[in-house]
Amino acid sequence: MRKREPKTYTRLTHPLVRDSRDEPFRQASWEEALDRAARGLERNRGAFGMFSCARATNEMNYVAQKFARVVMGTNNVDSCNRTCHAPSVAGLSAAFGSGGGTSSYEEIEHTDVIVMWGSNARFAHPIFFQHVLKGIRNGARMYAVDPRRTSTAEWAESWLGLNVGTDIPMAHAIGREIIHAGLANEAFIERATSGFEEYRKLVEPWTLSLAEKVTGVPARAIRELAHAYARAERAQLCWTLGITEHHNGTDNVRALINLSLLTGHVGRYGSGLQPLRGQNNVQGGGDMGAIPNRLPGFQDILDPDTRLKFESAWDTVIQPHYGLNLTEMFEAMEEGTLKAVYCIGENPAQSEADSEQAVRRMRELDFLVVQDIFLTKTAELADVILPATAGWAETEGTTTNSERRVQRVRRAVTPPGEAREDIDIICELAARLGHDWKYADSEAVWNELRSVSPDHYGMTYRRLEEHQGIQWPCPSTEELEPTYLHGRLWEKDPARRGRPAPFGIVQHDPPVDLTDDRYPIRLTTGRRLDSYNTGVQSGGYASPLRRGEYVELCPEDAERYGVVVGEEVLVSSRRGSVVAPVWIDTALRPGLAFMTMHFPDEVDTNQLTIEANCPIAGTAEFKASAIRIEKLPVATIVR
Amino acid sequence: MTVTPLGIPRRLLEFTIDGQEARVPEGSTILDACRAAGKEVPTLCEGDTLRPKNACRVCVVEVEGSRTLVPACSRKAEPGMVVHTGTERARHSRKIVLELLASSVDLSTTPQVAEWIKEYEAKPDRFGPDAARLNEEPKVDNDLYVRDYDKCILCYKCVDACGDQWQNTFAISVSGRGFDARIAVEHDAPLTDSACVYCGNCIEVCPTGALSFKSEFDMRAAGTWNESEQTETTTVCAYCGVGCNLTLHVQDNEIVKVTSPHDNPVTHGNLCIKGRFGYQHVQNRD
Amino acid sequence: MDLHFGDSKPTDDERAAVDALLGPPESSWEGADRSDADLRWARGGREARDRRDLLLPGLHAINDRIGWISEGALDYLCRRLTVPPAEAYGVATFYAMFSVKPRPATVLHVCTDLACTAAGAPELCAGIEARLGPGVSVERSPCLGLCERAPAALAIRAGDPVRTAVSAPATVHEAVLAASSPDSAPQEPPAAMAVPQAGQDGLVLLRRVGAVDPESLDDYRSHGGYTALRRAFELGPAGVIREVTDSGLVGRGGAAFPTGRKWQATASQPDHPHYLVCNADESEPGTFKDRVILEGDPYALVEAMTIAAYATGAHKGYVYLRGEYPRALRRLEHAIAQARARGFLGEDVLGQGYAFDMEIRRGAGAYICGEETALFNSIEGYRGEPRSKPPFPVEKGLFGRPTVENNVETLVNVLPILTMGAPAYAAIGTGKSTGPKLFCVSGSVERPGIYELPFGATLGEVLALAGVRDKLRAVLLGGAAGGFVRPDETDIPLTFEGTREAGTTLGSGVVMAFDDTVPLPRLLLRIAEFFRDESCGQCVPCRVGTVRQEEALHRIVERSGAAAAGDIALLREVGRAMRDASICGLGQTAWNAVESAIDRLGAYA
Repeated sequence: MRKREPKTYTRLTHPLVRDSRDEPFRQASWEEALDRAARGLERNRGAFGMFSCARATNEMNYVAQKFARVVMGTNNVDSCNRTCHAPSVAGLSAAFGSGGGTSSYEEIEHTDVIVMWGSNARFAHPIFFQHVLKGIRNGARMYAVDPRRTSTAEWAESWLGLNVGTDIPMAHAIGREIIHAGLANEAFIERATSGFEEYRKLVEPWTLSLAEKVTGVPARAIRELAHAYARAERAQLCWTLGITEHHNGTDNVRALINLSLLTGHVGRYGSGLQPLRGQNNVQGGGDMGAIPNRLPGFQDILDPDTRLKFESAWDTVIQPHYGLNLTEMFEAMEEGTLKAVYCIGENPAQSEADSEQAVRRMRELDFLVVQDIFLTKTAELADVILPATAGWAETEGTTTNSERRVQRVRRAVTPPGEAREDIDIICELAARLGHDWKYADSEAVWNELRSVSPDHYGMTYRRLEEHQGIQWPCPSTEELEPTYLHGRLWEKDPARRGRPAPFGIVQHDPPVDLTDDRYPIRLTTGRRLDSYNTGVQSGGYASPLRRGEYVELCPEDAERYGVVVGEEVLVSSRRGSVVAPVWIDTALRPGLAFMTMHFPDEVDTNQLTIEANCPIAGTAEFKASAIRIEKLPVATIVR
Repeated sequence: MTVTPLGIPRRLLEFTIDGQEARVPEGSTILDACRAAGKEVPTLCEGDTLRPKNACRVCVVEVEGSRTLVPACSRKAEPGMVVHTGTERARHSRKIVLELLASSVDLSTTPQVAEWIKEYEAKPDRFGPDAARLNEEPKVDNDLYVRDYDKCILCYKCVDACGDQWQNTFAISVSGRGFDARIAVEHDAPLTDSACVYCGNCIEVCPTGALSFKSEFDMRAAGTWNESEQTETTTVCAYCGVGCNLTLHVQDNEIVKVTSPHDNPVTHGNLCIKGRFGYQHVQNRD
Repeated sequence: MDLHFGDSKPTDDERAAVDALLGPPESSWEGADRSDADLRWARGGREARDRRDLLLPGLHAINDRIGWISEGALDYLCRRLTVPPAEAYGVATFYAMFSVKPRPATVLHVCTDLACTAAGAPELCAGIEARLGPGVSVERSPCLGLCERAPAALAIRAGDPVRTAVSAPATVHEAVLAASSPDSAPQEPPAAMAVPQAGQDGLVLLRRVGAVDPESLDDYRSHGGYTALRRAFELGPAGVIREVTDSGLVGRGGAAFPTGRKWQATASQPDHPHYLVCNADESEPGTFKDRVILEGDPYALVEAMTIAAYATGAHKGYVYLRGEYPRALRRLEHAIAQARARGFLGEDVLGQGYAFDMEIRRGAGAYICGEETALFNSIEGYRGEPRSKPPFPVEKGLFGRPTVENNVETLVNVLPILTMGAPAYAAIGTGKSTGPKLFCVSGSVERPGIYELPFGATLGEVLALAGVRDKLRAVLLGGAAGGFVRPDETDIPLTFEGTREAGTTLGSGVVMAFDDTVPLPRLLLRIAEFFRDESCGQCVPCRVGTVRQEEALHRIVERSGAAAAGDIALLREVGRAMRDASICGLGQTAWNAVESAIDRLGAYA
């Protein structure tokens, strides 16, 4: 048996450059590295994309998107929110005009019914789950919808173990049952929504028995959840990547939002929708405009007045169309229309679905500059590597959490070697490309953002400190808004009520990667408690819980394949194969396997996943691949 | 529509502490009132994020009409109550309790206790050299934190934080009875065979240093732990999107310990394993 | 709950023991084989977490069947009840009767407490250990409540069913026989043997003991049973409370709180449901009256509890019975089953439209569980640690609901109150202590046993009835938590106010006589050991104070005068803090007996 340790990364302390991709990197001065980076970007003007960072500060994201739009003249800016919660943002903005979760953590402590759908928050969002547990201790009933009976599901009154990718049938059947049982909130539907008739027709075929056939969950269980949710005086619907990481993730989100519209569980204290964000600033990155369709403050690029405001503030011309999202930028690399990328703090070489394809595409780039704290797999592909500071411990600034709370990030340790703050580096590059920006500090950046984003205007650094963070919207420097969004939907006056929230007319569409005789097992993915994403950060500490990557099978499948815990097997999908040891988990059922992407250096799970993207949000279907398990000719057991 | 509930306004009640009128909101404890009045009443087991357990009995005060002394940390103030915090009777019990603890437990890392021992003229040695002590060896069974139960005063705070008040993991409990009672996981197993998820929320509330970061334990053993040279900076965790506030304790540009503000609306002082311990990557500097 | 379980699996026997209590598991999540349906839908949540109170019965079920509680068995029980294993382990290790380490199926508990030690328990233990092989675990036990037949031993052999045998007064031969073949050990003498007055006229509480067949409901009724309940239904709940209040009945457990006030306070609580709890965890050394009532007249408790519940608006009652009382358990179980079968318990008691049922919960060897809030925690499946008061049980008691808690003797007094009427009852005894009182007389007397006398009889009268022997050195009143008096203080009237005036306590009615053959310092050391063993450990004054008290008494066991003065001063200081600052009565009284021996008897002088 061999001991399996994750790869440990050491910090980058000096800029690294190389003349060609065949050479090793050599240390360079900042001057040389920045000059090279500026030249590389300059020569690819018009074919440039910016990968901003969902883990860096709001201030950095603001400057990064400004760099793309002002210096490079493009809206091609995006970040890894694409790989997780972009469908939530797209779905929520389509329904309510704003992409944030509608409720606050504290509200879940004072609600009556909590639905955790496609969310193992106990592992992925442990401190959010403490608020859920407070709610449960206060008497709330929790329901869990998840293919696996996770730690989260173990706390539920009722766990519904649906087939992967059948969320829409489940949601529609719940909607139909609510309507047929006379439990729909007619007053709310009438006043605050649109498209109900169409929705009623849409869900009508989804009887409980049909839903049972498609989802695999007993009709009684679905009915019970429908009644519990509809009859609750307050209810919270929470979801995570089990909903969004599908080829139709935005549709999934819409199907869940429909349930809140049907019952009036939105826009009130204790009633709302809560997508749980996967990264420390995935909310803030989008809020800051580091996405291809929105300017800072989540303001639509297509709106001429908005553009005008920014054009005069930034003294520039903003392209009047949406840029490419991350997924589209990768496709553009393939087509050769995107030739230079400035990648800050992201690791797409390992985080993208079908990672082999992603690496191949990045190799095709004319120029890649990577700014990071580690020499990641993505950095290994670069021409220039710029050593940055760790956003959360070595810089000043703010981040925005899942409940839209903007909080201060502070510098606690001195960065190593010559590492520099992201904003400094971006400004140095901007200067070399003809834009001399002067920011005294992060607060100066923030104040510029406040001046262009009404939702953030009221949040001075002083107030953020005083209140331990403030939730947006915060238009006033004197007052605080309610903790929940869309209270307007309950206004009597139609003018104040604003645009009614439309029901989403979305159809069931099963996962793209179908299981068949050759690939009989459905592989789904997720997180473990002690690890995080591609493991670059979480690999650095000695977690007693960590056991490396495994392919997790149910006891029945393990028996069927004649494999035992720790035995290495060949796991193959239609795209690739990996060798991984087996773990047995009773939370799974026959035909369902589970893996994570935490240890890509040992087991590159994303070689298996499919790059079938949500056409609206661009998020890939990480949650549903078809695989097969093969015993190796010579059994190897690792523990 | 429902508006944000502000809570029902609490009525004020009046009572007397040490001859002075005190006005506190209904539901306040005597300790709350004492603190509001600027009076120091010592306590070890009281925790600002936990329900009072009143196990240590250091905070006892005299309430007129009560047969025994009452614990200030848990007894709610009542209208007309007459409280004396510094009577000979209360001070005697505090002194004895300090002696009983100091003669059986290693209090070397318990903040403030040395001052109290001086103030109350406690003499723990007078029970003689053969007085029973806990005699526990530090349990070092993982790389993240150490359980040194020789320093445990059995205040139950770790059990409450791990249990239904916050973490709901229930990895630890009190086992055994009386002087032999100890904090333990099921079957007295090592932590690595238990339900522990290494959130460290027990360390956050431990008042004596019985639970400590391995980094602190090792530095103390090496004689390099120096709190006067440490800075504390509160920032936001770099892992998931929940936005937990971390207070980084830094000595010589190394993060040596992580806590969270107890009044923070996101964490209430609690973190998960990643937030509490997952900082090492920033200081893998070479 | 996301519980963590190790790899240990239960044996078939262990699984059967738990399933016999809880029924077979309903899903694989609870321990059944995996089924397709389980993998699609799981129920849980509140309902699953609400079964915590079955933890203690579950631990008993395993311990009764196997003799100890293995990791696999504990984990299986936890899985069935959705209880975290760490917490269940904390509960299992709290009780002296449970073991989490392997031990022989047969355990012989030999009482080494005050009365038994005076009657030769140390020699008995030594003899037994010399005779018994490794197949039996011999454990020294605190008082087994068999003081009238000291020295006593109790054998428990795990199996299906569990077998028990009592040997008292025990000889080495009889104790070994009881342990090696409990089924063929001689029957215990009838309960009436513990009542020297049995059959005498004028007894109120004990009149049926010995006269009635304790197994027969009909015989109970033919001796006046269930007339009090009928009277209660005529009076209505408020009327019953008025009678009890007017009778002047106060709690017999030691605290002497007016029972009518306690009932009224509970009855008027708006929060529901209300619970009734009978404290039959008779563990005060020297006390055995509840055992005699339950063995000799069990229906009296069933009827009395029905009345108490009716008066206070409770529909569910619990009897928390000491784990070391196997015969009382059998008799009471039988009585409850009979009463239920005949409509005296259940949905419609006596056809009056009132629902009441009761359940027995067995203690497992923890003196502290006699404290009412510790008892609630124990029933609820938590460690038997006292809660802080306020809130008091009448407001937040069992399961956080309004609860009346009374001991056995208090409850059975309600029967004569209703049958004779409050004025006639109040005429018994003294003005402040009304009614009859039971005294547990043991030690250096010719006729140890339970005596019933009207309140107001003097200590001398009680001792004379029991035939006190010569060379009386001291009398312990109220048990280990009580106090010693001198032989020249026999004119103390045995009332609550009389003992208080004399600077001592009546406690639970223990009267234990000692002649000069037992060295007083040894007795005091045994009392100190008892409190050190039985402290729950929750609060510092008691947890460490009882240890320091024992250490000091150990140091001076052969000393006196100036050589003991320093330690006596230390004892006084520690004792004062224990009394003032402990959470509950255990710590508050742990120094009483020692203090009285020093101050009244001149111990160590």
